[in-house]
Amino acid sequence: MTLRNRWRKTLSYCMLSLTGVCAVVAVSMLFLLLGYLVYNGWRSVDWDFFTKLPKSPGETGGGMANAIVGSVQIILLATIAGLPVGFMAGIYLSEFGGRTFAFLVRYMADLLNGVPSIVIGIFAYAVVVVPMHINSALAGGFALALMLIPITARSTEQFMNSVPQTLREGALALGASKWKAIATVVVPAAYRGIATGMILGVARIAGETAPLLFTSGSSDYMSTGFTQPTASLPVMIYYRATAPWEDWHRQAWAAGMVLLFLVLLANVAARLILSRGIAVQK
Amino acid sequence: MATSAAVSAPPPSRAPALLQRLRNGDEVARLITLAFASSILLVTVGLIYQLWVTSALPRHKFGFGFLTSSLWNPVSGQFGALPFIYGTVITSLIALLVAVPLGVGAAIFLSELAPARISSIFTFFIELLAAVPSVIYGVLALFTLVPLMRDYVEPSLKKTLGFLPLFSGPIYGFGYLTAGTILAIMTLPFIISISREALLDVPTEQREAALALGATRWESTWQAVVPYARLGIFGSIFLGLARALGETMAVTMVIGNDPSIHASLFAPGYTIAAAIANQFSEATGDLYLQSLVELGLVLFLLTIVINALARLLIIATTRRGSAQS
Repeated sequence: MTLRNRWRKTLSYCMLSLTGVCAVVAVSMLFLLLGYLVYNGWRSVDWDFFTKLPKSPGETGGGMANAIVGSVQIILLATIAGLPVGFMAGIYLSEFGGRTFAFLVRYMADLLNGVPSIVIGIFAYAVVVVPMHINSALAGGFALALMLIPITARSTEQFMNSVPQTLREGALALGASKWKAIATVVVPAAYRGIATGMILGVARIAGETAPLLFTSGSSDYMSTGFTQPTASLPVMIYYRATAPWEDWHRQAWAAGMVLLFLVLLANVAARLILSRGIAVQK
Repeated sequence: MATSAAVSAPPPSRAPALLQRLRNGDEVARLITLAFASSILLVTVGLIYQLWVTSALPRHKFGFGFLTSSLWNPVSGQFGALPFIYGTVITSLIALLVAVPLGVGAAIFLSELAPARISSIFTFFIELLAAVPSVIYGVLALFTLVPLMRDYVEPSLKKTLGFLPLFSGPIYGFGYLTAGTILAIMTLPFIISISREALLDVPTEQREAALALGATRWESTWQAVVPYARLGIFGSIFLGLARALGETMAVTMVIGNDPSIHASLFAPGYTIAAAIANQFSEATGDLYLQSLVELGLVLFLLTIVINALARLLIIATTRRGSAQS
């Protein structure tokens, strides 16, 4: 009996330690990943990287200025198109939604959210690239906006739902109409959460590669508008890393480090915004 | 009490009420937000329609044979999706095989054992891990995981388990096993964070009751807490699976790009997403292009089903009252 109890205790101790090991392994992935990127990339992130155009294949040197500008263009387009639509849809879902239609929209948003990003790329290709006959920042922005809309809609809805009902009732009791109550009471009460959701959404699409492969395409030159093939940082990383040249691999590491740094920075900033405000109570 | 009064009250006429609502702006606001919400509906329906229409050619030409043929030859105009479906399923299964025990273990640690402070810091790191773009996982997989698999992991697997067809054959570094491993790392954060939430939702009484009956800490966790949260955990696994199925960039960079079926996990293969990423922009001819779109449709349907299952399971756990076990 005591032997059995000792066995049970040992088993308990072993299994619980094992779960700790699992957690440490999972978290160490993040640091391994960061460490490898910084180790391989930091030497190549110099002034040239941000200011020079890419050299032709096989040559050493050059930078990714065009990809940085292109990424900014594409993300800007996606943000301008995606955030307002997602935000308004989120307001509808949280404040005006009836039973069946809101359920349908919610379901479709989740569905769109789960669609593999490469499939979004196919759709954007068929809708924007085929009629225009050319890859463009516009098509890339469209594809990323499609990914941003459902993310923003659902996070906006979620944070507006967590605003206490009494706040709405208070505003209505003071004679405000419903939209006024929403605009002056509910949205301000939830704005930290909404902003967090938006930043996380933009950070998520900023690193997307698959939907850009055949929508914005790639280019070795600085793009001067929104209707021509445009380089972007993630796509550039992909092509640089899979090419056979040593020097391009070096640039892929550097670009990866810069991209990851920006994405993680946005994530940390978003969470700081959320944790500092207690405007949203659960 | 008030029913008689309510029944006897005259029904308000609809038209003035609507006018009133229009005047104070509520109806306008509702309609505007409704329009934006409908755009989500429109986009999703448009996406499905577009995928369906653009894949008409191979659907008519090959029918269901598209799904069962393993011949993919753009030159002779033969398109069968089986090697890609096989690659997608195998790599995702490898990913789950690694990520589920690791993820559930980590989730148990974070929800049951770790002090609140450590738990929240770890959870923060796990969420950051989920935010890493997939192309960056791809770069790491290509330059660090591939040599590691080629020089150490796969030779030792071959030495010990080489009698199984799964672990035999030539070693390249690129292939199902490498792709599955990077997918495991990528799905891990999703499994951990959702499983952790499911475990945190388990009422404390459940733990206390088991401990009061003389269970050890582990027995209480494994026999009273984990079964209670099983639906949420399964939901997290399906969500991870959906991610793994649709993952493109990292897999494309390490799968080896060989459109045929191999029994060996060391062999190079192909996944649906990788095929689209690699071949879409250079596809010549409508049949080739549309076959790739049909691959996209297959992937889309696959992820929809898995996602729906995941959501059902997660909803089922959050709605369940604490009375049931």
